[in-house]
Amino acid sequence: MNLWNRLMCICRRRSPWLFHMNTGSCNGCDIELIASLTPRYDAEQLGVRLQGSPRHADVLCITGPVTHTAVQAIHTVYGQVCGPKAVVAIGSCPATTNVFIDSRVVVGPLNRHIPVDVFVPGCPPRPDAIVQGIAKAAEILAMRGDTETAVEASIAPDFKLETTEVRR
Amino acid sequence: MNLTVALARLLIFPGILFAVPAAWFFLWVERKSVALMQERIGPPFMQPFFDFVKLLGKTTPVRNGPGGLLMQAWPLVAVSAAAGAVGLLPVLPSSGGFEGDLILLLALLEIPSICIIAAGFSSRSLFAEIGSAREAVLSVSYNVVFLLAILSIAASQHTFRLEALAQLPVSPLRYLGILAIVVCLPAKLHINPFSLPNAEQEIYSGPLTEYAGAELAMWELSHGLEWVASAGLVATLAIPHFASWSVDVLVFVAVSFGIVLLLSVLAAATARLAIDTTVRFYWQCTLIFACLIMVLTISSTLFTRVQS
Repeated sequence: MNLWNRLMCICRRRSPWLFHMNTGSCNGCDIELIASLTPRYDAEQLGVRLQGSPRHADVLCITGPVTHTAVQAIHTVYGQVCGPKAVVAIGSCPATTNVFIDSRVVVGPLNRHIPVDVFVPGCPPRPDAIVQGIAKAAEILAMRGDTETAVEASIAPDFKLETTEVRR
Repeated sequence: MNLTVALARLLIFPGILFAVPAAWFFLWVERKSVALMQERIGPPFMQPFFDFVKLLGKTTPVRNGPGGLLMQAWPLVAVSAAAGAVGLLPVLPSSGGFEGDLILLLALLEIPSICIIAAGFSSRSLFAEIGSAREAVLSVSYNVVFLLAILSIAASQHTFRLEALAQLPVSPLRYLGILAIVVCLPAKLHINPFSLPNAEQEIYSGPLTEYAGAELAMWELSHGLEWVASAGLVATLAIPHFASWSVDVLVFVAVSFGIVLLLSVLAAATARLAIDTTVRFYWQCTLIFACLIMVLTISSTLFTRVQS
């Protein structure tokens, strides 16, 4: 590994910029994510910065059990984040769909749609757990380097979006 | 000023070799002082450098056609203009300069803001267009005051040459002009309470919404260089030159640092104002203040002429 690559690794690890996306969350995890940036937990020590645009972000933080209407938005936003990128699923909802399991409007869990690097389970997870998850995602970013999204194959291949099943 | 001196000023001091680390340092001071005001620890010292290198290593979306070329060109134009503005600052005594370089400096300071407006519109994103429109309105509002203040300073000392302005002793009227310039700086640097154009979360990231990777790194750098140039302009106008160049450099850096600290504390203590409040602030309160300084300057000049 030459000097530039080593420097790039350090810089990627020390500067994860977040984009926060809600896919039908009850807002519990969203509040905890914001709490992890507030003075008590102060994620900015790790170089974390909440960005307004997905184009600026490295780490995509997703909360919520992935509702039917959110699927297209997830794909759009995931495509808009420039590589190398990592995805952190915050809360139990994106990991397992939690209490919304078997709901007819929920098409989670999240890793059926996009590759997820770090799961932070909890309902909601504590802010320090979220900070730890982001730090882990930053380390994954540093190791991943320029090779794009190594876990693309881990998405369940049999999944397709069934639009007709949603009845109102 | 001959070519060697000009190149040395642009590339070494106070140009790129000094200004780029200074830009990162000022960006860090801005974030760190906000963090300290909020009782946080804040980012590490090297954070702006880490951000810059990381952004250089990110991929950028493919941009086709003349619109894409323009989008790639705007950040480079902004960085060059801001670096040129820093290079014009007369930090060292008798470092050369030419008649009217103050006007060139003002033009170069304005170019990054014009580039941001153009970049927002050429990216064709809805949020970027809103941000650009806000930036344009803001720019028209504060620039009247800013230019009036600079004009009154130049008129009170009968010169548009920065070198001469930096050497003459500071009159009380000049301090009023400097105060008006400092009031305009938060709007020029897009920080609170006038952070309307890039209003984070409110309109995504404003004009820079569609920018990523190395292009965004250039925007960050141009923002840092704008900090150095604006704080440096105030420092050169406020403090006259001393005899030795080392003292001059130290005083320049210290005064710029003080101004950055002052503006950061202001940014941490205030919330974002709405566009109509901002425009009213500049067109009503500050413009009257700037006009008053201008009238005072002209009358005092006429008075001294009549006396002599």
